[in-house]
Amino acid sequence: MPHHEPMDGEGLPIPNRINAKPVRKTGQIVAAVIVALLAAMLIKGLITNPRLEWNVVWKYLFNENVLAGVGYTLLLTVISMVVAIILAVILAIMRKSLNPVLRGVSWAYIWFFRGTPVYTQLVFWGLFSVLIPKLSLGIPFTSVEFWSINSSEVITAFNAAWLGLALNEAAYLSEIVRAGLEAVDPGQTEAAQALGMKRSQIMRRVILPQAMRIIIPPTGNETIGMLKTTSLVLAVPFTLDLQFATNAIASRIYKPIPLLLVAGLWYLFITSILMVLQSRLEKHFGKGFEARRVRTKGDVPPSTTDSKIEKQDTVNKDNQATMLGLNA
Amino acid sequence: MSTSPATPSAAAEPAVKAVQVHKAFGDLHVLKGVDLTVAPGTVTVILGPSGSGKSTFLRLINQLETLTGGVIEVQGERIGVKRVEGKNGTSYLQTLTDKEIARQRSHLGMVFQRFNLFPHMTALENVMEAPVHVLKMDKREARALAVKELERVGLGERLDYYPAQLSGGQQQRVAIARALAMKPDIMLFDEPTSALDPELVGEVLGVMRSLADDGMTMIVVTHEIGFAKEVADQVVFMDGGVVVEQGGPEIIDHPKEARFQDFLQHVL
Repeated sequence: MPHHEPMDGEGLPIPNRINAKPVRKTGQIVAAVIVALLAAMLIKGLITNPRLEWNVVWKYLFNENVLAGVGYTLLLTVISMVVAIILAVILAIMRKSLNPVLRGVSWAYIWFFRGTPVYTQLVFWGLFSVLIPKLSLGIPFTSVEFWSINSSEVITAFNAAWLGLALNEAAYLSEIVRAGLEAVDPGQTEAAQALGMKRSQIMRRVILPQAMRIIIPPTGNETIGMLKTTSLVLAVPFTLDLQFATNAIASRIYKPIPLLLVAGLWYLFITSILMVLQSRLEKHFGKGFEARRVRTKGDVPPSTTDSKIEKQDTVNKDNQATMLGLNA
Repeated sequence: MSTSPATPSAAAEPAVKAVQVHKAFGDLHVLKGVDLTVAPGTVTVILGPSGSGKSTFLRLINQLETLTGGVIEVQGERIGVKRVEGKNGTSYLQTLTDKEIARQRSHLGMVFQRFNLFPHMTALENVMEAPVHVLKMDKREARALAVKELERVGLGERLDYYPAQLSGGQQQRVAIARALAMKPDIMLFDEPTSALDPELVGEVLGVMRSLADDGMTMIVVTHEIGFAKEVADQVVFMDGGVVVEQGGPEIIDHPKEARFQDFLQHVL
């Protein structure tokens, strides 16, 4: 594409190479001008509107309570997503298990945690040590007890916050993981079985790496969603996250708008970083699926007409699989 | 080296022996009593119209499907179930553990119609996968083995290509190399050329022919009549879930049964 010399990739000439100018599309230009105008008006309004009080925003953007809030929000997001992903994979594999008890438990879990509001769940985890004051390890239905601890020591506000978020998120994620697992061609399992691989190996080495391609984009979505859902932890109540920290300052100095902007800017900043991470991950797990250049030097990748058609075929199938994944 | 007789001698234990094999998927009765014996070192080609149950039969041998009735023995060992002694001298059949099934499968290599290569691994990684993770072979050793097997199928230059960067014929040859790396005694081919463009069929058949020349025991489900005539020691024609006719490759030129004659007319 980029070279204008009339040569193909192998250095053979292409006679009468066409270098036509693309036809001008007036509609596109008009639309671009209108959108640019609107954007300029929006930006001017944001900068010049005195009620937004940008000086207050700058003053509190790097306030130490705000920064601590950013830290806690990030920490809650990361911990609850990691725990949720592990739980979700287990739930999804249970859901596809041959054992009806495991299937049932997985179904019931998803039914309950997806079917009740996360806010309610967070309130419940906050009240956990009141409802169940003591956690103990022993023989069920007897008085034999090996070890016990007060709930309030384990289920602190912070632990209740990430636990509540993770358990809720796992229910949603497990459906995403399940769709990903189901989108992998059953022929892959058969080939791995025929090679003598164990069920756990097939899952880990063959199915999951391929399912990841389909799982990652919606999981990125969920992570960004989680970042903002952490603002609900005041239900526990956990009061050190970004939303609560900015709110507290706002009510102290009677300036809600600038502090909402502070919170918004930080959420946007973290989201942007997460998006970069997501696209990195997508690249990693996409290997072998995008027709990418091969490293071998001086070796011309096969580019016969029919192999191109086949490639097109697999791309189409991938798209179908993705659609399936999204629908499921 | 197809010197072995088409009819197995009594002394040699058959590589595969099927007796009155039945397979039903719910109400759908696909195989209705198939008998077949494959002698070691021979090539058996199974022909038949689609829906005749020939692929199902192959998948039963490798336990990708479970047997509904009858017995299949691979190298003298009954597959899928074992007889367990009960009380008072009685005995009953029990299904095998995953480990036992894996051991039985280790004698068999399988090649699929749709290749089923692992798309996230290069050709080399595809072939190394099972030696490293099933046979627990040292990585360097497995790599050397994989390179050797890929060279054997003529793909020594394509080690680091992903399946999507290979043509169909090349992908199928990688799949053959992947199966061979496990040193199977018997190779099963399930319509290995049916998903290929016509000009790519030859390269895959060529690899299979050289395997046969090396004395590999092979069971091949295919529509390639020419390959059957040239390479097979035994030809089996299946239709409607039963073996209609079987014999040496000469039966292709002189079919006795009307259904076989009819099939050949449509294929040739």
